[in-house]
Amino acid sequence: MVTPMAAPKRIEIQDLRLSYGGREVLHGITLDVEANEILAIIGPAQSGKTSLLRCMNRMIDVIPEARVSGTVKVDGVDVRSIRNVCELRRKIGMVAPLPVGLPLSIYDNVAFAPMQAGVTGTAELDVLVERCLRRAALWDEVKDRLRTLGSKLSGGQQQRLTIARALSHQPEILCLDEFSIAIDPITTARIEDVLRELRSEMTVVMVTNLVQQARRLADRTAFLLNGDLIEIGPTEAVFSDRPARRETYDYVQGLFG
Amino acid sequence: MSPTGSHPPMFQATARVRRKQLAERAAQWFFGFMAAALIVPLVAIIAYLVVKAWPSLSWEFLVTNPRGGGVRGGIWSALVGTVYLVVFSLCVSAPIGVLAAVYLNEYARDNWFTRTVNLAVVNLAGVPSIVHGLFGVGAFVYALHFGRSIISASLTLAIMTLPVIIASTKEALAAVPMAFREACWNVGASRWQTIRGVVLPNSISGILTGVILQVSRTAGETAPIMLTGVTIYKAFDGGGFFLYAPTEQCMALSMHLYYIATQASGAAPSLPYAIAVVLLALVLLVNAVSIVLRVYLRSHKKW
Repeated sequence: MVTPMAAPKRIEIQDLRLSYGGREVLHGITLDVEANEILAIIGPAQSGKTSLLRCMNRMIDVIPEARVSGTVKVDGVDVRSIRNVCELRRKIGMVAPLPVGLPLSIYDNVAFAPMQAGVTGTAELDVLVERCLRRAALWDEVKDRLRTLGSKLSGGQQQRLTIARALSHQPEILCLDEFSIAIDPITTARIEDVLRELRSEMTVVMVTNLVQQARRLADRTAFLLNGDLIEIGPTEAVFSDRPARRETYDYVQGLFG
Repeated sequence: MSPTGSHPPMFQATARVRRKQLAERAAQWFFGFMAAALIVPLVAIIAYLVVKAWPSLSWEFLVTNPRGGGVRGGIWSALVGTVYLVVFSLCVSAPIGVLAAVYLNEYARDNWFTRTVNLAVVNLAGVPSIVHGLFGVGAFVYALHFGRSIISASLTLAIMTLPVIIASTKEALAAVPMAFREACWNVGASRWQTIRGVVLPNSISGILTGVILQVSRTAGETAPIMLTGVTIYKAFDGGGFFLYAPTEQCMALSMHLYYIATQASGAAPSLPYAIAVVLLALVLLVNAVSIVLRVYLRSHKKW
């Protein structure tokens, strides 16, 4: 049997189970993320979307009662065998669902990661900071006050600052967890355009509650429900009149419940 | 709902609303009174002490050494002794306490070791100071052969203040939101980079306040130091600040006050009050410094 030439896999998740203090929240998820695609993960609250992302960059480690089984491989390497977890986290840009402006200047919010990774040249940092802020559609609003505190920005601006920070360490994979909750539709559209451009240089995994956003943006869409992967497939198929599973149809059409 | 009929006019107080307003006022006054009542003892203590001490108080009293077994002269060598003890003990307890707290709050996972350390901290804080004094005698004076000296007394005080510094530092660190740490870890910063870059700069005011408040506690303690390195009287010819070597015994304000008030004969009746005023002034001065520092650092607080 000849399998068709598939795109190289950036992330391979195999039978991933996760429990918090005995309560299992992911019941054996198996999915792959292909190189240079945008994969959207949709699903109602409590379906394990954020937990799934945290397993990818091992931020799950900081939750003491979390127990993980199964494997998550990033570029073929089991993440749990990685000793230098900082390296893994630099490879994966992570935008957390709640906007966090670090109590540093706007400039330092973005320059923090590259500086910690050893970039010291002022000119180099300036270029990097501007590029990241532009990509996060924040540059025009803050370019004249880069030295003011990032934690004093409005919620929507902090969210875009979070995106700029996630891009600052030049990740190969970008995970966005509800990146547009506090952002207006026009700015959201600008960021979505940027994500489409970024696809040529990185792989994007986005968790979203806006199913239409997944439809607009994603190459493939995964539907999670109560810790189970109900369906994953090309976005057109998931949003078609006949997805593989009835629940998917109900959810994306807003008929759920 | 229709605005006519049996409904009362809008925004006019019903009996229930009036009762609520009354209860609100009563509560506010009651709590306010309790808060104001706190001032009374402080003002009373200070006023009483100053009035009683007035005949003895002068600049001369502050800067001359005690003479004649402590009942004449001033208070300088006791004041210097107290400063020595406080500075030496904080030099030991502040670094150890702060670093231990950083470990406990930032690195330690919740396991038996961490729980044991935390339990030790809590229990150490509850040990009476006289017991600390006895421990100091056994450990520093005899076992480590430091003798009755400033070193022994300072180390005893350090052990006594350590758990409180650890607790206050942990509290200051825990006040930095977890989201800041997660944001740093998410971009691949190590724990230490996160601590240095974000956690410490935003908790330093709380940490320093906690440490400085221990100064007043250390300055006032008598029990632990009278067993380990403080003498009731020592004659000096000269003044200056470098009166003692660390291996010598020293005088201290708290001990001096205790001795003059209860043991010595022939002291002026205002003398113990004057010593108390100096001790209190020292403590209040340190508290004032900590308040100023906190206000200064808070004005730089970043979220």
